[in-house]
Amino acid sequence: MLTTERDRIGLEIEKLVRSYHNDCGALIAILQEVQRRYRHVSQYAMQVIADALDVHPAQVFSVVSYYRFLSTTPRGRFVIQLSDCIAHDAVERAAVARQLENDLGIRFGETTVDGLFSLEHTGCIGMCDQGPVVSVNGRIHTQFTADRVGALLRDCLGGGDMVAAPGRD
Amino acid sequence: MKSSLTGKLTFALVEPDTGLAHAVTMSPPGIVDELRRSGLRGRGGGGFEVAEKWRLCAAAEGPGRFIVCNAAEGEPGSFKDRAILQGFAQLVFEGMTIAAAAVGASRGILYLRREYGYMAAHMESVLAARRHAGLLGQCIPGRGDFDFDISIHLGDGAYVCGQETALLEYLEGRRGEPRNRPPWPTTRGLRGAPTVVHNVETFAWVSCVLARGAAWFKNLGTAGSPGLKLFSVSGDCQRPGVYEFQLGFSISELLETVGAERVKGVQIGGASGRMIPPSQFHRTIAMEDLPYGGAIIVFGEERDMLDVAGNYLRFFVRESCGQCVPCREGTRRLLDGVERLRQGRCPAVHLDRLCELGNTIRLTSKCGLGQSAPQAFLSIVSHYRRELMGRERHERG
Ligand SMILES: Cc1cc2nc3c(=O)[nH]c(=O)nc-3n(C[C@H](O)[C@H](O)[C@H](O)COP(=O)(O)O)c2cc1C
Ligand code: SF4
Repeated sequence: MLTTERDRIGLEIEKLVRSYHNDCGALIAILQEVQRRYRHVSQYAMQVIADALDVHPAQVFSVVSYYRFLSTTPRGRFVIQLSDCIAHDAVERAAVARQLENDLGIRFGETTVDGLFSLEHTGCIGMCDQGPVVSVNGRIHTQFTADRVGALLRDCLGGGDMVAAPGRD
Repeated sequence: MKSSLTGKLTFALVEPDTGLAHAVTMSPPGIVDELRRSGLRGRGGGGFEVAEKWRLCAAAEGPGRFIVCNAAEGEPGSFKDRAILQGFAQLVFEGMTIAAAAVGASRGILYLRREYGYMAAHMESVLAARRHAGLLGQCIPGRGDFDFDISIHLGDGAYVCGQETALLEYLEGRRGEPRNRPPWPTTRGLRGAPTVVHNVETFAWVSCVLARGAAWFKNLGTAGSPGLKLFSVSGDCQRPGVYEFQLGFSISELLETVGAERVKGVQIGGASGRMIPPSQFHRTIAMEDLPYGGAIIVFGEERDMLDVAGNYLRFFVRESCGQCVPCREGTRRLLDGVERLRQGRCPAVHLDRLCELGNTIRLTSKCGLGQSAPQAFLSIVSHYRRELMGRERHERG
């Protein structure tokens, strides 16, 4: 039988929800896993989850829209975040920000058309004493400088150890 | 990343699990009494007495009980909990186990902010080693009937989830919006069960108090704020990092220790704290004077205080959960005021209005986020007003 991509994802998500015994207390754990696998939680995924948990889709959406690590549109394979912690040197941080935008050809808040990179600002991530700080899929780079941007991006594409595995966010 | 720890910390000197070994020889009320004698207060910001929290939890009606370790560490400028977990996770888990023995809990949860996800593997390995050594799991030595285990939950990126009732909402799979209190978590916490929530650092001090005795702790610090405390220090200074101080130290002492000169202001307590100007550097960090959050940020003379106020307000606008109108809308108005000041378009009467609004937000918000959000702005306006006013006029946009 021919199944569409959408049906396949639907079945995968139903299976996932079953592994949590269709317990709505596990909603966030389920959403985290969906986000990890598909890099976003689509409207369709929210509908499937809601049906499987027997709750209103609005309840699922209210949770998805609340948390920063859950997104309704696909994020890049590599999510690059620059911390805007006030303790960091603003001049150095601005240079890193400009260089990231230059190299990726996108602005903060955007994802490259090939779906590889998302560029985001983040608040303080507990590295106030070692700024500027860049995080790639959750891996932290401290005392970061603009001249390291090129090597970082090459490392993402080459599967080097400067980045964590995609989808780990 | 390099270690943030500085100097000789007590946590490095206390042998892990001596406190627990001591605790299992005591009766549960005996453990609570020992903590009461130490005067230990929570290190997560509220400063509530630890022994009292445990007494309330132990006295509440079941079913079951939970111990939750709050590693949300969302306060901008705070990184001590990260450093403690990286360096002294044993002491933290030990403290949770002691709490469990005192209140009769069998399940513990470490709520770890997602941004610290890179630590989860290390945390899991420490937990596994403790299970292997019989310090977690079934039948912890010394007390045949005592079972306790700890699991790790990663957050999803919301500052307000550090507020204890929002954290519980999160753990129950909902939007992390603070609950109405009472009931307090000690009576009805996670899934309705009595729950003790403490900061990472608090649990580590519990282990130290049990290891070294209440009198040792009580004799340090001041009468109202006994003991030692860790501080995250960052910003314009030569030696940023995590420092241990006896409570009651002055800001000038601190600045000397961390190598800060030509300082324009010191923000005590992170974004939800307040800016202290040089004329008040003789003041001390203790319950009796300046309440202690763990985050201290030093601002040098080159800093623009308006940028600081703007950065903090943007944070609160982003992080307000939106339940209360004063917090949700009021913080936006204040941020708008900062923009007007920047553009040289803010009349003095308007600034006065904004200060009134700030006080209203503090009085009418439901949780600590709204109650403290205007504080940085208000303190900056009151101490640096001259610097804020009369800026060169810019066009809108
Ligand atoms: C908006 C908000 C954020 C908070 N964030 C944290 C946090 O990140 N870590 C923490 O330990 N306490 C945080 N708290 C305080 C907790 O509500 C709670 O008082 C604390 O975890 C109790 O621990 P303690 O007894 O060790 O102080 C926050 C409170 C508010 C209002
Ligand atoms: S004060 Fe702000 S964060 Fe707290 S409950 Fe109200 S709206 Fe939410």
